[in-house]
Amino acid sequence: MTKTYRFTCIVCPLGCSIEVRIEDGKVVGVTGHTCPRGKEWAVEEATNPKRVIMSVVPVEGGALPTVSVKTADPVPKELIPELMKFLMELKLEAPVEIGEVVAEWNGIKIVATRGA
Amino acid sequence: MFPGIPMLNYDVVVIGGGPAGMAAAVRAKELGLNVLLLDENDYLGGILPQCIHPGFGLHYFREELTGPEFAARLAKRLVELGVEYRTAARVMEIRNYSDLEKVVIFTSPSGAYQAWAKAIIYAAGARERHAFEIGIVGDRVAGVYTAGEAQTLMDIYGVMPGREVVIVGSGDVGLIMARRFALEGAKVKAVVELMPYPGGLARNVMILRDFDIPLYLSHKVVEVRGRGRVEKVKVVKVDENLNEIPGSEFWIEADTLIISAGLVPSVKKLTAIGVEIDPSTGGPVVNDRLETSVPGVFVAGNALLINDLVDYVAEQGELAAEGAKEFIENGGIGSRKWIRVEKGENVRLLAPHRLSGERDVYLYLRVARPMEDVELRIPEVGKRVKLSLATPAEMLRVKLKAEEIRNSEKLTVEVVRE
Ligand SMILES: Cc1cc2nc3c(=O)[nH]c(=O)nc-3n(C[C@H](O)[C@H](O)[C@H](O)COP(=O)(O)OP(=O)(O)OC[C@H]3O[C@@H](n4cnc5c(N)ncnc54)[C@H](O)[C@@H]3O)c2cc1C
Repeated sequence: MTKTYRFTCIVCPLGCSIEVRIEDGKVVGVTGHTCPRGKEWAVEEATNPKRVIMSVVPVEGGALPTVSVKTADPVPKELIPELMKFLMELKLEAPVEIGEVVAEWNGIKIVATRGA
Repeated sequence: MFPGIPMLNYDVVVIGGGPAGMAAAVRAKELGLNVLLLDENDYLGGILPQCIHPGFGLHYFREELTGPEFAARLAKRLVELGVEYRTAARVMEIRNYSDLEKVVIFTSPSGAYQAWAKAIIYAAGARERHAFEIGIVGDRVAGVYTAGEAQTLMDIYGVMPGREVVIVGSGDVGLIMARRFALEGAKVKAVVELMPYPGGLARNVMILRDFDIPLYLSHKVVEVRGRGRVEKVKVVKVDENLNEIPGSEFWIEADTLIISAGLVPSVKKLTAIGVEIDPSTGGPVVNDRLETSVPGVFVAGNALLINDLVDYVAEQGELAAEGAKEFIENGGIGSRKWIRVEKGENVRLLAPHRLSGERDVYLYLRVARPMEDVELRIPEVGKRVKLSLATPAEMLRVKLKAEEIRNSEKLTVEVVRE
């Protein structure tokens, strides 16, 4: 089975239109990129898309009712709903330092991006 | 003089504690000025603490940060330098008595104050356009928010504004809110965009695919209906002149309508003292020190023109502080002449408007429509910069060197096909 993915590259402001063709799970063609970084990005985007995820977590005793958090590394897209469920259960207590690892989920570090 | 109101004295008062104001206050302090920073929020950072997504600071800190992280870095610098600041301090009025005598009247939990200053840096940001400004009619129901209101609810207070959402506007702000809602488990039923192309950057348009969110280009929301709370919104298709196409309307069921229809520089306190406004930016007319038409009143950030990159906002704050320093030291910003900068073909807005030709300067501008393989040209000085893509979503910034422009009377900036 052949699948074709079309992306607007986001690596730099050039915004190339890149096409990635996949046959039986294998990359068989990449067109439209102007640089190797774009190619690499598009292949990863077609085969194993990842995102840095951010959310807020309730915090007791801080200046604001929440602290914002992000994943230290990009997370495979299909795991995102599960990660969000995990984050929704999380509760923190002040003090929280900005940059502090406040939790870990499947080896992915959750980092505070606001202090409390 | 306002008898009975405690009087404070500074070289510069900075109004607004967002990235523009914080960068301005930091730079002013570094330059040896006695500075006070005021913000009406309970916290510093302006809109940054609520922008929890990454995408900030690639130029300024050479690192990709989230909004709160960017704000925290600037705030840390502010505190380290011992800059005096007050939060929960709302500026009510500015008065301009003479070039080196200005008053900023503000209220705070400990009462009202009059802060006298030789120069003012105005960095009060922007306001969001609301439903009535874009012609949406119907019932007065709960569940209609601007993107910024929804963002504050979710990302500062941890409250979910709704479950079934329609978003008006596909600029970066609208797209980022679409992602926030989708991530938190809401159903984003549509993003509705008036123009025939999405308003945001490619990396944000990708969000729609990530979450299977339908994008209606050349469509607008015209009506909202519900009893007590939003129940449905009416969408209609528009033609190339943005006129509604009769018979094309349809309804989308939703409990929440998010308006993300652009920002407008917040300038009321400036117009009250006679600052001249450029109708195309919505912000003041400024010279290359970001000084407004009222001497000694400087402006930076979204109050000057709507920026999509916080890096430029901070850069403008620093520039305004340098202007304030020069103003105070020399009793004014002098120039032998001012070179007018004018909008040419395909340029929708630009700033600054007057250049001294005595210093290098960044021009900030936006094009009117998206175009590939274009050139930014200033025919008077033979300047040409190649651009593979120019879209209204992305502010362009070009550097002009003093020696390039020194001998000109006027510069016309155009973005045209090669
Ligand atoms: C949703 C959203 C997403 C964004 N995403 C990105 C991104 O990914 N990357 C990026 O680089 N940029 C992004 N930006 C753009 C960038 O963050 C803004 O351009 C920038 O924060 C504007 O800064 P500012 O200091 O001019 O204004 P603001 O941050 O709005 O600060 C203005 C401050 O002035 C204060 N103020 C106003 N009036 C008064 C008064 N009368 N008295 C006292 N205080 C007052 C306000 O309380 C506020 O704190 C985004 C913007 C938005 C809205």
